Amino acid sequence: MKKKLLSLFFAALLTMAVLGGCGTDGTGESSGNNSSNDLSGSEPAYGGSVVVGIQQDIDSLDPHKATSAGTKEILFNIFEGLVKPDENGNLINAVASDHTISQDGLVYTFTLRDNVKFHNGSTVTAEDVKYSLERVSGILDGTALISTLSSAKGGIQKVDILDEKTVQVTVGSANTELIYSFVAAIIPKGSGEEAAASPVGTGPFSYVSYKPQEGIVLAKNPEYWQAGLPYLDEVNFKIVGSAETALMELQGGTIGIYAYLTDSQAQVLKSGGNFSVEASPSNVVQALFLNNAEKPLDNVKVRQAICYALDKEEIDDFVGGGTGAYISSAMLPTLTDYYVDLNATYGNKANQEKAKELLKEAGYPDGFDLTITIPSNYEFHMQTGQVVVEQLKAVGINATIQAVDWNTWYNDAYVGRKYTATISGITCDLTPGYLLNRFQAASNKNFINYANTQYDELYLKAQAELDLKKKADYYKQLQTLLCDEAGTAFLQVPANMTAISKDLAGYKFYPVYVQDMSTVYYVKK
Amino acid sequence: MGRKYSVKIHNFKWNKYLAAGLVMTGIAVLLGILGFFWTPYSTTAMNAAEKFSPPSLRHIFGTDNFGRDIFSRVMQGLGTSIVISSLVVLCSGAAGILIGALTGYIGGVLDEVVMRITDAVNGFPSILLTLVIISILGNGKQNVIISMSIVFIPSFVRIVRSEYLRLRDADYISRARLMGVSRIRILFVHILPNIFSVFWVSVMIGFNNAILAESGMSYLGIGVQPPDASLGKMLSDAQGYLQRAPWYALAPGLTIVWLVLGFSLFGEGIRRTNES
Repeated sequence: MKKKLLSLFFAALLTMAVLGGCGTDGTGESSGNNSSNDLSGSEPAYGGSVVVGIQQDIDSLDPHKATSAGTKEILFNIFEGLVKPDENGNLINAVASDHTISQDGLVYTFTLRDNVKFHNGSTVTAEDVKYSLERVSGILDGTALISTLSSAKGGIQKVDILDEKTVQVTVGSANTELIYSFVAAIIPKGSGEEAAASPVGTGPFSYVSYKPQEGIVLAKNPEYWQAGLPYLDEVNFKIVGSAETALMELQGGTIGIYAYLTDSQAQVLKSGGNFSVEASPSNVVQALFLNNAEKPLDNVKVRQAICYALDKEEIDDFVGGGTGAYISSAMLPTLTDYYVDLNATYGNKANQEKAKELLKEAGYPDGFDLTITIPSNYEFHMQTGQVVVEQLKAVGINATIQAVDWNTWYNDAYVGRKYTATISGITCDLTPGYLLNRFQAASNKNFINYANTQYDELYLKAQAELDLKKKADYYKQLQTLLCDEAGTAFLQVPANMTAISKDLAGYKFYPVYVQDMSTVYYVKK
Repeated sequence: MGRKYSVKIHNFKWNKYLAAGLVMTGIAVLLGILGFFWTPYSTTAMNAAEKFSPPSLRHIFGTDNFGRDIFSRVMQGLGTSIVISSLVVLCSGAAGILIGALTGYIGGVLDEVVMRITDAVNGFPSILLTLVIISILGNGKQNVIISMSIVFIPSFVRIVRSEYLRLRDADYISRARLMGVSRIRILFVHILPNIFSVFWVSVMIGFNNAILAESGMSYLGIGVQPPDASLGKMLSDAQGYLQRAPWYALAPGLTIVWLVLGFSLFGEGIRRTNES
C-alpha cells in the first residue's frame, strides 16, 4: 500500500513537472512578440492583438442596416462616413477632406480625400460616395435605410458628381443637424448586397471573421489614411455572457478591455492593480418614464409629485456608486451649448412634503398603486427600480416592479405603449435635438404619450432655425417646458466604467456609443 | 382499528436521520413562518450607511448592496420558498394520486395513454417546461405554482401507479372485490393507506426538488418580483458581488443547502423507519 502511494506521488510530481515545462514554453512563445520592449516610459509599440469584451451579439454587419448601439460601436472601426465624430463630440472630416454647406442649408458639397482606400484595395471614388448616399436615402431602391437622410422625408434629394473628387448633395429641407447624418458609412459601389456577409469599408480595421454568439475579429488596415494609425495588428471583439463572466475574464486575462462594468466590479478591479478603471459619461438618459396617457399619470400634479419624491443622489449612490450626472430633462450635459441645468426645479434630494402636498391637491391624499415595468436583462435599471419603489413608498405611492424580458418590454411597453411607468434608458447620438424630437405628440418614438401643442410648435421652430445661437435657445425652452410639466421623471446620465489593461494605453472616450480601437496601443516597457 | 395504529406507533423507531432531519427542517420552517409576521429589520428598507456590512451581531448575515438586512430577507425568502414548494407538492401529489391510482388499478388503454403522456412530459428538462408554461400563463407567484405543479405530476404518477399495480392483485383486494366493495372504496380506502410509506419518501424528494426548482426560477427572474426577497433571486443578485461581499451569496446559498439537506435526511429517516 505504502509503495503504491509513493509511486503515485512520484507520478503526480512527474506530471506536474512535465505540464509545468509545457506551460513555460507556451508563455515564452506568446510573449515573444512583445519581448523587444525596453524599459523606457509609455511609448507606443506597434503590433499585438487585443480582446475586447462586448455585451451583445451583432444584428447586422451591413453598416446601413445595423441598428443596435452594440453593433455600431464595433462597425465604427470598419466603416467611415464622409465625416465622423471625434472624442469631443465634434465632427471631423473622414472620407471627405472638406465640406461646405450653402447659405440656405440645402446644398452640401464634399471634397473627397486623396487616396482613401477600401479594404479590398480599390480607391474611394465619387461613384462609391454617390452609391452609398443613394442607398441610405432610398433613392436607389425606394427604402431609406437612415431615416434622417430619407429622400421621402426631406433628406437627400439628389447626389451629383461634379468631378472625380467632388460630390454635391441636395437636400429637401434645411436642417443644421443634418450634417451629423453624413457619418453614414461609405461602401464600394454595388457592394450593398454582400455588405452583411463580407463588409468592406475604409476604417482603421478590416473585417476578418464573425461567429454568432462568439464574436468578431478585425485586422489592421495597413493603408489607413490617418498616418501612423492603427497600432494594433488585430482586435477581437468577444461576446461575454454576463457582467460577472466579464469580470472573471478580465481577472483571468482573457479580455483586455471592457467598457460596461458595474460600480462594484470597478471597485474589485481597482484593488486588483492590473487594470486602470475609468469613468466617463455615457450617452444614455435614464428615467422613470411616465405614460402621460394613463391614469393617474395624466395629471401633471401627480407627475410632479413623483419628480419631487425621487432622490437622484440616493439612486446614484446605491446604483452607480456616485458616478452619474443628474438630469431633469432630455439633453446630455455633455452637449454644453444646448444643455440647460434644470436640477433646481425638483431638487436632487427628495422633497417628500412637497410631493405629498401635490398628491393631495391632485386628489390622491392616500397615494395610489403604480406598476413599474422594467426590462429585466438590465441589472442597472432593476436596481434603480428597487430604490425608486422605496422612495415612492415614502410619499404613499404603492409601487410594484414588473420585470419583463427585453423583447416584451420593447414590443409592449416601448412600441405598444402598454405600461404605466417604466425605468429604462434612451441613447442619444451627436445630434442635439435627437432626444427632444421624440416628445412631439405625433412622433412614433413618443412612448410616454407626451402631448403639448406648445412643445410641438417650439420644436418645429427650432428645426427651421438656421442660427445656432437661436436654435440652442429654442432647445433650452423645450427642455424647460418638458421639465416643468414633468413629462417624465428624468434621473441621470450614468457613467460608463471602462476597464483597460495596464499594458494598454491610448483608449479614447467618446460621447457617443463607439469603441475606437485605432488609437489603442501596447505600452513599450 | 385503534389497535392497528397503536401497534404501528409501538414499532416506530427513532433514528438519527429522522432526528437530524426534523431539527433542521423544524428550524427552517419556523424561521420561514416567523418571517411572515416579523423580521428583525424591514426586508425592503434601504440604508446607504450600511451597504455591504459584513456579518456582525447587528446583522448576523450582513447586509446587501442596498444596506438591507440579509437575515431578514432570508427569513422572508424561506417562507416564500416553503409555501410555494408545499403548495406545489400538495397539488401535484393530489393529482398524482388520482391519476396514478386510476391508471395503475384500471390499466389497459388508459394506462398506456397516460404513461406515454407522462413520458413525454418527463422528456423535457423540468425547468424548460416550466418556462414554457410560464410564458403562456404570464409571470407571477400563482402561475409559478401552477406550472411547477404540472411539471411535478409525472413523478408522483409513476410511483403511485407502480404501487397500485403491485397491490391490485393482492389477496385482500381480490377478496374485497368479491365482497362487492365499490371500486372507489377499494382505490382510496383499501389501497391508498398501504402505499403511504412509499409515497411519503417521494413527497420528501418532490419537496426538495420543488425548493430547488423555485430557487432556480426566481434566480432566472421568474416568480417573486423584487423588492420582495426570495432565495434564488438573492443568489442571482449576489452574483455581482461575490468578491466584494461573499456573505451576500453564502447566506441564501447555505440556506437552500440547509433546507434541502434537512428534508433529505427527514425522507431518509422515514424510509429507514419503514424498513425496520
